Amino acid sequence: MHFTRLQQRRGDASRAAMSVDTQTVLRIASLARIAMSEEEAERLKPELNNILGWVEQLGEVDTSGVEPLAAVIANHTRMRDDVVTDGDKRDDILANAPVAEHGFFAVPKVIE
Amino acid sequence: MVSNYRIQGATGEWEVVIGLEVHAQITSHSKLFSGASTEFGQEPNCNVSLVDAAMPGMLPVVNGECLRQAVRTGLALNAQINRWSRFDRKNYFYADLPQGYQISQLFHPIVGEGEIEVSLDEKDPEGTVKTIGIERIHVEQDAGKLMHDQHPTMSYVDLNRCGVALMEIVSRPDMASPAEAGAYVRKLRSILRYVGSCDGNMEQGSMRADVNVSVRKPGDELGTRTETKNVNSIRFIQQVVETEARRQVDLIEDGGTVVQETRLFDPDKGETRSMRSKEDAHDYRYFPDPDLLPIELSEEFVAEAKASLPELPDAKRHRYENELGLSAYNAAVLTAEAETARWFEGLAAESAKKQGKPEADVAKAAANWLISDLFGGLNKLGVDLDSSPISAAQGAELLALVADGTLSGPLAKQVFEIMLETGDDPEKIVEEKGLKQTSDTGAIEAVIADILAANSDKVEEYRGGKDKLFGFFVGQTMKAMQGKANPKVVNELLRKALG
Amino acid sequence: MTDITDLGVAEIRDGFRGGAFSAREVAEAFNDAVAGSDALNCFIVKTPEKALEAADEADRALAAGEAKPLSGVPLGIKDLFCTKGVQSTAASHILEGFVPPYESTVSGNLLEAGAGMLGKLNMDQFAMGSSNETSYFGNVVSPWRRNDGGNTPMSPGGSSGGTSSAIAAHIVPAATGTDTGGSIRQPAAFTGICGMKPTYGRCSRYGMVAFASSLDQAGPMARSVKDCAILLEAMAGYDAKDSTSLNEPVPHWEAGLSGDLKGKKIGIPKEYRVDDMPEEIDALWKQGVEWMRDAGAEIVDVSLPHTKYALPAYYIIAPAEASANLARYDGVRYGLRETPDGANLQEMYAATRAAGFGDEVKRRIMIGTYVLSAGFYDAYFTQATKVRTLIARDFDQAWDSCDYLLTPTAPSAAFGLGDLSDDPIAMYLNDVFTVPSSLAGLPAIAVPGGLSKQGLPLGLQIIGKALDEQGVMNAGLAMEDRAGFTARAEKWW
Repeated sequence: MHFTRLQQRRGDASRAAMSVDTQTVLRIASLARIAMSEEEAERLKPELNNILGWVEQLGEVDTSGVEPLAAVIANHTRMRDDVVTDGDKRDDILANAPVAEHGFFAVPKVIE
Repeated sequence: MVSNYRIQGATGEWEVVIGLEVHAQITSHSKLFSGASTEFGQEPNCNVSLVDAAMPGMLPVVNGECLRQAVRTGLALNAQINRWSRFDRKNYFYADLPQGYQISQLFHPIVGEGEIEVSLDEKDPEGTVKTIGIERIHVEQDAGKLMHDQHPTMSYVDLNRCGVALMEIVSRPDMASPAEAGAYVRKLRSILRYVGSCDGNMEQGSMRADVNVSVRKPGDELGTRTETKNVNSIRFIQQVVETEARRQVDLIEDGGTVVQETRLFDPDKGETRSMRSKEDAHDYRYFPDPDLLPIELSEEFVAEAKASLPELPDAKRHRYENELGLSAYNAAVLTAEAETARWFEGLAAESAKKQGKPEADVAKAAANWLISDLFGGLNKLGVDLDSSPISAAQGAELLALVADGTLSGPLAKQVFEIMLETGDDPEKIVEEKGLKQTSDTGAIEAVIADILAANSDKVEEYRGGKDKLFGFFVGQTMKAMQGKANPKVVNELLRKALG
Repeated sequence: MTDITDLGVAEIRDGFRGGAFSAREVAEAFNDAVAGSDALNCFIVKTPEKALEAADEADRALAAGEAKPLSGVPLGIKDLFCTKGVQSTAASHILEGFVPPYESTVSGNLLEAGAGMLGKLNMDQFAMGSSNETSYFGNVVSPWRRNDGGNTPMSPGGSSGGTSSAIAAHIVPAATGTDTGGSIRQPAAFTGICGMKPTYGRCSRYGMVAFASSLDQAGPMARSVKDCAILLEAMAGYDAKDSTSLNEPVPHWEAGLSGDLKGKKIGIPKEYRVDDMPEEIDALWKQGVEWMRDAGAEIVDVSLPHTKYALPAYYIIAPAEASANLARYDGVRYGLRETPDGANLQEMYAATRAAGFGDEVKRRIMIGTYVLSAGFYDAYFTQATKVRTLIARDFDQAWDSCDYLLTPTAPSAAFGLGDLSDDPIAMYLNDVFTVPSSLAGLPAIAVPGGLSKQGLPLGLQIIGKALDEQGVMNAGLAMEDRAGFTARAEKWW
């Protein structure tokens, strides 16, 4: 193992798994709400494919019968008591707002 | 039972298939993941914590009471309680969702499968029962509120509701008519109110439904469904089913296809329309929320939740019928709402105490009075039972006065009207207005003598076989006695006098 | 008299208490050092007045017999921590100008313990990076230079690069770092200092800008193991405001320090042995083994079979969590808002986020969004979380035969700024030795071991069992004692 092998694998995998095209990059950018031109998407595409190709090696691990890790360190959920301990701090809530009017945050008008 | 509701299309009959996702606000003081208040109607952004506003680095901590109420609700619906569940993030961007994701439960909901028995005919609660499957109940955060009409080019964002705990109660697509959908929501709301996990107040938005509707030819596979969001009354839910089913039938019969989409109901126009703003939001990228650990419920937690449940409407209805001897209809009416049952039980207990009899002996009269007299009176006043001017104890007093012969039926009616108006005790009214019934035979006999003398022709007719005239003499006597004579005594004395 | 800025946390604390100098003298000395450090670009915000204020309070407290554990000690705070009334940006444009009305639990704990704040330390944007080249506020430069006589600006490592550079340059005595996949340990190794990532859940994440919630963990960085112990004692502790916080007592780590490793077993994971790893890294590792043996430990070979899958698993899990954690930066409630003419709400979001996030942040959000999207979730995300279980299991099995693991901290010495910035994966490989223990939530410390042929620091890492920070620090101390690392960067800034 391992430094070199990782690097080699990156090369192999990026050749093997060219799954993301420019349209997919644009769709993902839209889902993530990041404005992106076609040129930017074109530029990002090989980078994403490299990374995705590289992580695809996980597929070779046999995980049958393995549960996803639920809690990193054994711990259990603590439940809060149902009491009001917070709120009533509108000035703090709005203090950093780019636009706030009459106690509201304001955003470009939404047509539902 | 099988619904016979059908849409008549140009190509024949169509069935409608309905599933409901009811969002019920869990009754709690503070929010699901923050200590901010859930109080309704506050100034904008005042019930908001840094967590609700999704400030950088803020973290959710779950409110145990909200989980307990979800578990109690599940138990009340005979549902499976999942001792291991987990919160997931549902990712989408909207101005009412500060985190950019809603904390919800997709993969492992806290409550699994259950069911509700719904009766479609109130008058015959046993005869028309249908079982509606519950697929799951999960707990999630409510969103904030956008206001579009305050500014010409801006929408305003109020986060007061943001983070309030909701239960999403997902039904199976088991309903086949608007009436069934309405009955299901009514019954569900009744159970939630009994349990105390939601106030069921649809006007304030504590309960609202996403209505899934599809149509098919009888016997065909399920059609493509649409989901109409946030419908906030039972009447509207039924309207959505009707108009959406009709729209789909017309669309298909015109050669079109139904698109799986989110729609919005416009109550003014009575129609649904496509909700374009949410169109691209369907890839929610759910994944387990790493800020929260899995919820592991102990056996004791579930047992305590179960022990805390009150008697539920179906059990209560059966008990009213079987142990108190009420008619099926009366039992159904009295148990439909927790508040009514509570009032009735107070009335029956007081009546039993005042009359020194077992509850079973007084329950029928109490039920009849409550349903016909009090409900009628309150209806005229336009008030609910919880703001009734007459208390259960006062009602029991009135019933006791009838039972012991102090008041006749007509007198009781008079006293009741005054009670309704003044809220006074019946005894006080009887005393002050002198409405006590009399059994003084001497006085009654004297009156009868006068009446017979004044109506000698009718006496002749009666004695000649016109039995119906007996009622006339009773009426005249009661009138002369200003309604206070004991009708039984009047009857006896009249029979004697008329020979 | 020694220059105060050459003193560490323990020395400042003890000197202050012993009356060798006042807290104000300490604060002024460090404020001057901070003021003169612009060439390193360690700070996004300098807060000399905060440092002085805390110092005056410390002087008053000492006179009144009320000195606290960290009274008199000024610190740097990584800009990932929200600090009340002081701009907190996570080195991003999207949070530029954001002034939190609240204090993170960790920074609050330090201030509560009497520490002062010298300023907010530069870092990789949203802690995404291993070289400190992704900050919106410019690269951080390491005080170290190669011994070739050139003046190539070197990377201080990342993401806690402002922290590592400032400590190595004696601009601050110690500071907070955060570690998601190696962001404390790798920069510590690059700059010849110590950095400790505690067990996941030891330090509250409340008020710390989230990168990847299941991995993020705050920790101390300083010039000695002892200083790390002192700081961690103040930083750690149960916090009801963080659901993943561990409800465990905080041990007296400083008092428990001991470099005696008799009876302890040190595991050497064979999967960390890289055939073409720079010879000097391998040599240092072997040297480390000798130091451990010298401290009384027994050396055993262990196997962590899923090690090679740790990085790819990490580069699915961390971006996936980040894609959701960073959704809140939308221009509605705080930070940057870009509203192109006639933009609707969703267009405003997209414009704001395009302008507010740097390239690496966008890249990771894109990867994270993709691996969670419909049709790919199971193949990528679920598989990665299952592999994570296997990686945690590997460590559990290793603990059957040893108490700690000894590994190199990073696969190379520091590289020059710009050397790797065009190759994301080569950059990601920097964390190859630190990511596995991050995925398993285990405590680990980086300790300087020596210098490369080019005169740059190299570090070794000790990984321990969950909650055994004491053992990890003790093994680190044993190594520190034997390495005797005293080299420091010559001042050129």
